[in-house]
Amino acid sequence: MNLMNANSAVAAEPKIEPQNYRYLCEMVYRESGIVLDESKHYLVEARLTPVARDAGAGDLNALCNLMRAISGRPLRDKVVEAMTTNETLFFRDIKPFDALRQVILPELTAKRRPVQTLRVLSAACSTGQEAYSLAMLWKEMKIPGWDLDILGIDLSDEVLDKARGGRYQQLEVNRGLPAMYLVKYFQRDEAVWQIKSEIRSMARWRKFNLLDDLTPLGTFDLILCRNVLIYFDQPTKSRILGAFRGRLISGGYLFLGASETTLNLDDKFLRRQVASAIAYQKP
Amino acid sequence: MQQALIIDDSKAIRRILGATIRELGFDVAEAGNGREALEELARLPGPVRLILVDWNMPEMNGMEFLLALQGRERHPDTKVMMVTTETAIDQMIKALEAGADEYIMKPFTRDAIVDKLRLLGIVN
Ligand SMILES: C[S@@+](CC[C@H](N)C(=O)[O-])C[C@H]1O[C@@H](n2cnc3c(N)ncnc32)[C@H](O)[C@@H]1O
Repeated sequence: MNLMNANSAVAAEPKIEPQNYRYLCEMVYRESGIVLDESKHYLVEARLTPVARDAGAGDLNALCNLMRAISGRPLRDKVVEAMTTNETLFFRDIKPFDALRQVILPELTAKRRPVQTLRVLSAACSTGQEAYSLAMLWKEMKIPGWDLDILGIDLSDEVLDKARGGRYQQLEVNRGLPAMYLVKYFQRDEAVWQIKSEIRSMARWRKFNLLDDLTPLGTFDLILCRNVLIYFDQPTKSRILGAFRGRLISGGYLFLGASETTLNLDDKFLRRQVASAIAYQKP
Repeated sequence: MQQALIIDDSKAIRRILGATIRELGFDVAEAGNGREALEELARLPGPVRLILVDWNMPEMNGMEFLLALQGRERHPDTKVMMVTTETAIDQMIKALEAGADEYIMKPFTRDAIVDKLRLLGIVN
């Protein structure tokens, strides 16, 4: 194999063989729901070449052979993680956050007076900006005696570690975060911006695959699942939307990404226009 | 078209910011420091919707400009954002207290500018 690598390094970068490409796509689909079709060749090569190198495989064909030979999880997880898109930012799209502040959170607190806690799921949370945005927004609402309990889930360990640490680069706090919140809820540690513990303590993080049974997570008043369904096919989207409905209290809300919808996927949510955002309510 | 004013002593930064802001549908006026900016404001016919202002500039810096602006009548729709290499929290607080509506640190990306303008309700 090494000899082959030496040769291929001299020749042009070898392309992945069709059956290996299919093997990778099927594996990523099975493990994460992410659909990679023929148009994603470039993406697969760009993202998996470093993984192959780290694993000591010279190219993607060798990587596939290695995965077939050793059926261990770690390498498979690395491949899947490499194929996820983790882009996120504070207060992404802003409109859902306005709707939450103006309407949804007041409504839910009226409903949940006996327990004085709202449980929120940030599904496919990536590096945590969505969860922390909500936490800051909640802090600003100053509702005495109430708790907001946020659970962030994602299938990537790497993003969860970052979310847990609550440490962000300048480029990240520059994006979408009101300066007022930056000065109030972050501390600067050289080039890193650390979110303060009063905000950090409102969120917990757990590695969890949206394809798995969500029952162990418990029930929620609010689920944010934005900008991940776009990577899935129709049956997977329908299944996950149904699973979210199962996890919401009656009257609870789901928010999706700006380009996502329940339309033709799940007809049991009530679609509500709230402020300038669309929210999906469980009847 | 809505009016924007970009204040920075670096021509390169004015060009980069100007391109982004024009793309968003603004008319862009430029000034190389705070004093020029005040002149520009007096000269421009209509209200200015957006002011992007650097901190460190010769003659009149961004902070002095903000303070000068506080002493004048400001159109209620005018939003002011500081665009600066100053990254100390104390400095940010000072700028916000002096009337900046937003604050973005250099280096910035085009997306980061647009995200901030979205927060200010200036773009959708
Ligand atoms: C583009 S980010 C979205 C982050 C955030 N929700 C937002 O809107 O900004 C997509 C995230 O989905 C995660 N993801 C992809 N497939 C997943 C699955 N099957 N289960 C859990 N998380 C998944 C990825 O790891 C990635 O962090």
